[in-house]
Amino acid sequence: MSATKTLFDKVWDSHVVHQIENGPDVLFIDRHMVHEVTSPVAFLGLKNRGIRVMHPEKTFATADHNTPTINQHLPVADPLSANQLKMLEENANEYGISYWGLGHEKNGIVHVVGPEYGITLPGATIVCGDSHTSTHGAFGAIAFGIGTSEVEMVLATQCIMQPKPKRMRINITGELQYGVTPKDVALFIISQLTTSGATGYFVEYAGDVFKNMTMEGRMTVCNLSIEMGARGGMIAPDETTFHYIKGREFTPKGEAWDKAMDYWQTLYTDPDAIFDKKLTFDGSLIEPMITYGTNPGMGMGIKNDIPTADMVQGGASTYKKSLQYMKFDEGDSMIGKPIDFVFLGSCTNGRIEDFRAFASIVKGRKKADNVTAWLVPGSHKVESAIKEEGILDILTDAGFELREPGCSACLAMNDDKVPPGKLAVSTSNRNFEGRQGPGSRTLLASPLVAAAAAVTGKVTDPRELMHEIVAG
Amino acid sequence: MAYDKFTTLTSTAVPLPIENVDTDQIIPARFLKATERKGFGDNLFRDWRYNQDNSPKEDFVLNHSKYSGKILVGGKNFGSGSSREHAAWAVYDYGFRCVISSFFADIFRGNCLNIGVLPAQVSAEFLQKIFTAIDTDPNAKFEVSLIEQKVTILATGESESFDINHYKKDNMTNGFDDIDYLLNIKGKIQEFATSRPL
Ligand code: SF4
Repeated sequence: MSATKTLFDKVWDSHVVHQIENGPDVLFIDRHMVHEVTSPVAFLGLKNRGIRVMHPEKTFATADHNTPTINQHLPVADPLSANQLKMLEENANEYGISYWGLGHEKNGIVHVVGPEYGITLPGATIVCGDSHTSTHGAFGAIAFGIGTSEVEMVLATQCIMQPKPKRMRINITGELQYGVTPKDVALFIISQLTTSGATGYFVEYAGDVFKNMTMEGRMTVCNLSIEMGARGGMIAPDETTFHYIKGREFTPKGEAWDKAMDYWQTLYTDPDAIFDKKLTFDGSLIEPMITYGTNPGMGMGIKNDIPTADMVQGGASTYKKSLQYMKFDEGDSMIGKPIDFVFLGSCTNGRIEDFRAFASIVKGRKKADNVTAWLVPGSHKVESAIKEEGILDILTDAGFELREPGCSACLAMNDDKVPPGKLAVSTSNRNFEGRQGPGSRTLLASPLVAAAAAVTGKVTDPRELMHEIVAG
Repeated sequence: MAYDKFTTLTSTAVPLPIENVDTDQIIPARFLKATERKGFGDNLFRDWRYNQDNSPKEDFVLNHSKYSGKILVGGKNFGSGSSREHAAWAVYDYGFRCVISSFFADIFRGNCLNIGVLPAQVSAEFLQKIFTAIDTDPNAKFEVSLIEQKVTILATGESESFDINHYKKDNMTNGFDDIDYLLNIKGKIQEFATSRPL
């Protein structure tokens, strides 16, 4: 075996328990995150087999997908949702898994709380029955989403069977323009690769743009890896990473920390390691992005016009169907389109930096009357920071309310549904037909674009409002 | 959980020539509240299949009586998006045992294989031929042989092979289960676990 390896190979290879000839690798899993929606059938499977969870201490459960974002202290009204939450709690108790349920101080979206409490560590393998598990790759972990049969597999054996993906490196050079956020970087990459451009690959993000990015920004980018079809995305851990994780509840302490650091510092791609595919983009050319269609690859710089069908790759009929659903025309400008809803939240953009960004624009302004805004922190920890930093006051003065943590309108399983035909600017990750409620129309964008839309009531380039602040 | 064995399937097919069919379309999130694997087929393609008043949408393929069968034929990048295995369950529960497309999203493909639905990936040209064959005759039959790893358009005799790794093929043809396999190497896993400090 060659001595030079990519970051991905280093982490993957060190977790292979067993290789099946002409088949997948058996990969050991260090951290398994569990939530209420994709786990009940998996636990049922364990019961039917009469076996226990192999490593409950490596398994962490939180309730997030199907929880209300108001009045969390009251019993959950929807009986089906209440039942799912009850099942998760019972299963967690039965198998000795730590459970951060509704109302628990550590409760929040699975991919937000994992990093917050140091469950997410460099060089680890992390899985969860949710495709945005790729978020944790920001720490140099191999993290990916799995189906319920695989949840059962990991509960039962702490391993997963996976064919090894190919390696892709996406290099973004230069410096981002003012007003361009990690979300824009991710939406830009997906617009270039399309939603299937990285299928079969595990991506490593590299280059100055990621080097200079905060951990929360890196999480946003890795989170969206799945939207171009990638199994996951990762970034080599560096000082920014170590600084972020140090001292968190579940991170190693003392001697264990030093030992871990020795290992983590070996987690980078060797200079001449080989990738199956390499792409480079100039970060300074990225604009604030917005999507106009029904998949995350249908995005563009906010000031551009919607491409015509002959300009896009792939099927023109699918493209036209998509615009028809959105009630947009080829060649339309997005700027100035009146919007009805704004959603700030999700595991993509529901962290404190996202709320700071949102607040920086709405400060001293007022929510537009035509807009319903749902501002949903990713966790209780984020919620507390919003209050402690005075962001809540800014939001309240501007006419916004803060909701309680959860996935909320990201997948609209609870009551936070955008009504049919209504147009929402959302900081979440998917603009699929009906994703935010049957008939809902979603524009994916950064927290800055969401804030600009929330105060103007229409799609607005946030840089215009930012200049005012700078000038004022 | 052991599942149905899959060797050869001969059936008519239902065409869905749309690209990037995501799992939110296959089964919308609001139908993920069940705690058992039952009844998901009723809500397969819910919002493409039914109006908001629950009346069937006449132009959707599943509501055309002329199309039926155990094979679903979809456009490129089928099953993208959410990891919900419920999407594969819905496909299965509705009665499909095979999905043919020119490209599958990773997680959906894996989920299908794990529950005994065969994702058969063929070339874009061959996919078009299948759509044409159904267009010409909705009763056209197709043979999907897992043993030979081959899809055949019976009307014309044209066929194309598809890939599947040997391990998964063996599992599907015999109805073997991954977890049983892993429980058999439990000792090896435990040994590995003790070597990991995390
Ligand atoms: S916020 Fe959305 S993408 Fe993230 S875990 Fe929740 S449902 Fe999944």
